Amino acid sequence: MVETKPASRPLSPHLQIYRPMLSMMMSITHRITGAALYFGTLLLVWWLVAAASSDQAFNLAQGFFSHWFGVIVLIGFSWALIHHALGGIRHLIWDTGRGFDLATVEWLVRANLIGSVALTFVLWLVVYMAMP
Amino acid sequence: MSIRTPLSRVRGLGSAKSGTDTWWLERMTGLANLPLNLFLVIFLVMHVGAARAEVIASIRNPLVAGLLILSFIAIAWHMRLGMRAIIEDYAQAHATRVVLLLLNTIFTVVVALAAILAILKMSLAS
Repeated sequence: MVETKPASRPLSPHLQIYRPMLSMMMSITHRITGAALYFGTLLLVWWLVAAASSDQAFNLAQGFFSHWFGVIVLIGFSWALIHHALGGIRHLIWDTGRGFDLATVEWLVRANLIGSVALTFVLWLVVYMAMP
Repeated sequence: MSIRTPLSRVRGLGSAKSGTDTWWLERMTGLANLPLNLFLVIFLVMHVGAARAEVIASIRNPLVAGLLILSFIAIAWHMRLGMRAIIEDYAQAHATRVVLLLLNTIFTVVVALAAILAILKMSLAS
């Protein structure tokens, strides 16, 4: 039998060969925010379990979430949630087969990014006003 | 030589050993999460700096408890499907993949169970 070596054919281009585009970055961001939310849910569960457990446990959780570090974590968490939710709506629109021309794709990803930052700002304005 | 048809030989040999149900459920749980998480965020904002008794009083309302439980079912389900897609993309070795998928299921089930038990405890305690 003839010895066969894999021919050294050119490989298909991978991520590093492409110029970074906003739509591509937003696709990656959708996955990263999803993974962050996956672990961030632990914070919600901590708060609920603490509320169900004891005054001491609940005060510890409320103390963390009102500390500046906890607030920064929560701002990041809420942005990730809003960004992933808007990205999800974008994907649902695409799932119907609509919005695939380049102009619409570009508009959708921009609206996603601007919308998530704006809504996070509005949310925290409301939180600030709701603070006792 | 096999007398099995080509179709029967390849059936069930897809990458995830299943069809489009995962894709569809990821969309459906995501869609459910839109209104449910909106409710969850409003609930949380309304309890910024609240005392424990106020939180428990709100959760004693069955409508609030019910919507919160639904939220955590949809959230945990969507988490499991989303992380599954990530694991299947990046975990190449079969053993690693199986272990990570198992941990993914355990994590999401524990998250959902802990949240639901906490809500039920507050909701049903006399």
